[in-house]
Amino acid sequence: MSVIRVFPAHRRSAAPGRRRAGASTYLLLGAIVAVSVFPLYWSLVASSQDNSAVGSWPPKLLPGTHLLANLQQAFSQGAFGLALLNSTIVASTVTVSVVLTSTLAGFAFAKLRFRGSNAMLTFVVMTMMVPAQLGIIPLYIMMSQWLGWTGQLQAVIVPAATSAFGVFLMRQYLAEALPNELLEAGRVDGCSTTQLYWHVVLPAARPAAAVLALFTFMGAWNDFFWPLLALGQSNPTVQVALSTLAGGYYMNYSLVLAGTLISTAPILLVFAVLGKQIIGGIMQGAVKA
Amino acid sequence: MTASAPSAVVRPRRGPPWATADWWARLRYKLDVKGMPYLYIAPFFLIFFVFGLFPVLYTGWMALTQWNRVVPGSSDTFVGFGNFGRLIHDDYFWNALRNTVAIGVLGTVPQLLLAMWIAHLLHRRLRARTLLRMGVLVPNVTSVAAVGLIFAALFGRDFGLINWLLSLVGLGKIDWQAGTWQSWSALAIMITWRWTGYNTLIYLAALQAVPEDLYEAAEVDGAGEFQKFRSITIPALRPTIIFTVIMSTIGSIQLFTEPLMFNPGLSPTGGDSREFQTLAMYVYEQFWSHGKYGYASAVSWAMFMIIIVAVGVNYLLVRRIRSAT
Repeated sequence: MSVIRVFPAHRRSAAPGRRRAGASTYLLLGAIVAVSVFPLYWSLVASSQDNSAVGSWPPKLLPGTHLLANLQQAFSQGAFGLALLNSTIVASTVTVSVVLTSTLAGFAFAKLRFRGSNAMLTFVVMTMMVPAQLGIIPLYIMMSQWLGWTGQLQAVIVPAATSAFGVFLMRQYLAEALPNELLEAGRVDGCSTTQLYWHVVLPAARPAAAVLALFTFMGAWNDFFWPLLALGQSNPTVQVALSTLAGGYYMNYSLVLAGTLISTAPILLVFAVLGKQIIGGIMQGAVKA
Repeated sequence: MTASAPSAVVRPRRGPPWATADWWARLRYKLDVKGMPYLYIAPFFLIFFVFGLFPVLYTGWMALTQWNRVVPGSSDTFVGFGNFGRLIHDDYFWNALRNTVAIGVLGTVPQLLLAMWIAHLLHRRLRARTLLRMGVLVPNVTSVAAVGLIFAALFGRDFGLINWLLSLVGLGKIDWQAGTWQSWSALAIMITWRWTGYNTLIYLAALQAVPEDLYEAAEVDGAGEFQKFRSITIPALRPTIIFTVIMSTIGSIQLFTEPLMFNPGLSPTGGDSREFQTLAMYVYEQFWSHGKYGYASAVSWAMFMIIIVAVGVNYLLVRRIRSAT
C-alpha cells in the first residue's frame, strides 16, 4: 500500500481531452471560494466594530471603524507582542532543525550503506502512525518535574525539532532526485561525507526541503495543544495568547476576533506569497494531514 | 507501505586517490564512510527516543498506576488493569466516545463527498486555476484555535450570523452550544469548512493522473457521466480514497481544539452536560483539571486502541471499492 506518493515522476498537466469549464462551473467554484473566505472576512468585520455593535441584530456585514482600537487593546491585554515574537522564534527554529535533521537522515537512508538501515527506516515509517497525543502526559511530567522547562520556549522547540515524516519525505526525494554519479564524482574529488552533505546533497534537496520547511513552519505556528500545556499564559505563543484572550469569564467578541486576525495574519501572508508551492506540495503528496 | 532498499548505494571502490598515501588519511576515510551514516541519523533518533517513543511507552506504564497529582507517592501504586476496568463502567468515557464518533462521522463523510465533487469542478479546464485552488485551501492554513473562536461567534445563540440567516427563512434561534445534535452539527460544519479544501486537492491530484483515453473510450461506448464516474473515476481513485478515509479517521478521533474553543469559557467538559466533549477533551479534563495522571493515561491508550480499530474497520470498508486493475 503506497499511501504517500512522494513527487511522482511525471504528471499530465494540460490533458487535451479534459472538459472545458462553462459559466456554471465558475459560478459554483466562485460560491465555494466565497464560503471558504467568508468566515475570515467576517472576523475582520466583527473585529472592526466596537463591542456593542457585535451584539446588534441583524449582524453587521460591512467593516466598521474600530479595527485599530481593537487590535491595540488585544496587543496590550493579550500580550500579543511577546506571543508573536515567541511564535516566530519557535516556528523558525523548529523549521530549520527539522529540515537539517531530515535531510541528514534522509541522505543517509537514501544513499549511504550501513548496517541496519532498512530496519531503522521501517521503524521510522511505523512511528508516523502513532498519534503524538498519546505521549503528552509523560512529556508534560518530563518538562515540569524532571527538566524544569515549562514556561520556556525549548519545551516546545525540542520535542518538535525532528520529524519522522520529514525523514521519510527527504529519503524518498533524495533516492530519486540525487544521481549517484554526482556523489561519486564528489568522492573522487576528495570530499568527505560531510562535505558531500553541504555541497552536493543540500543543494539537490532544495525543492523538497522548501516544501517541508513551509509545512513545518505552518504546523509549528498553528500548534495549540502542547504549547498550551508546556508554556501556559505567562510566556505564550500566539495560539495560546488567543485562548487566554477568549478564556475570560466574559467574552468580548470584537476583541477576541481581533486576536484571531493577529494570530492568522502572518500565516495568511505566507500563504498569499507561497500559495502555489503549498498547493504543489499537497498535490504531490508531500503532506501528511 | 514498506521501506525498500536504497536504489543504489554510493560506496568507494578502492578509496579515492588521496586515501592511499598514508595510514592516517586511510583511517579517517574509513571512519568517515563507516561511521558517518550513524552520526547522520543520530539527531533524529536521539530526539525521537527521548521525546517521542519514551513518553508513549511511559503512558502505557502510567496507565497501570493510580498516579494522582495531589497524592504523594501515588506514582508507584500499581493497580494493573484496574484503570481499564473502571473505564468500562465510566459513563463519561462512553459519552465522550459517542460524541467523538458522531462528530467524526458527521464531519468527514459529507466532507469527503463534497471534496470529490469540488475536485471534479477544479479538474475542468479553467482560467485562474491557482487562485481558485488557493481560495479552496485558505481555511486549511488558518489556525485551528482561530477557526474555533470564529465559528463560536458565527454560531452564537443571540447575535450569531447563522441564527440570523435561519431567522430570514423563518426559523427560530438555535442554541448551538447546548444540545447534542446542535453542537455536533456546528462542529461538523467547522471541520468540513477547514478540511474540505485539503482533501479536494488530494483528489484533484489523483484525478489528474487518470489517463484521459479511458474516458474517451467509455464515451465511444456510449457511457454517461455518472457511469464514467462509477466505472472509471472511483476505481482509479481507490488508493487515494483509502488514504483520505484513514487520515480523516485518525484526525477526527483526536479532535480537541475545535470543541474546546467552541465552548464559552473554554472548559474541557464540552458544554454544560458534556454534549460535545470528545475523547481527547476527556483525557485533558482527567489529566489537567483533576490531576488523575494514571486514569488519563488509560483513557489515552484506550483512544489509541480505538483509532487502530476504527482505521482497520474503515480500511476494510473502503477496500471493497472495485480496484482499477
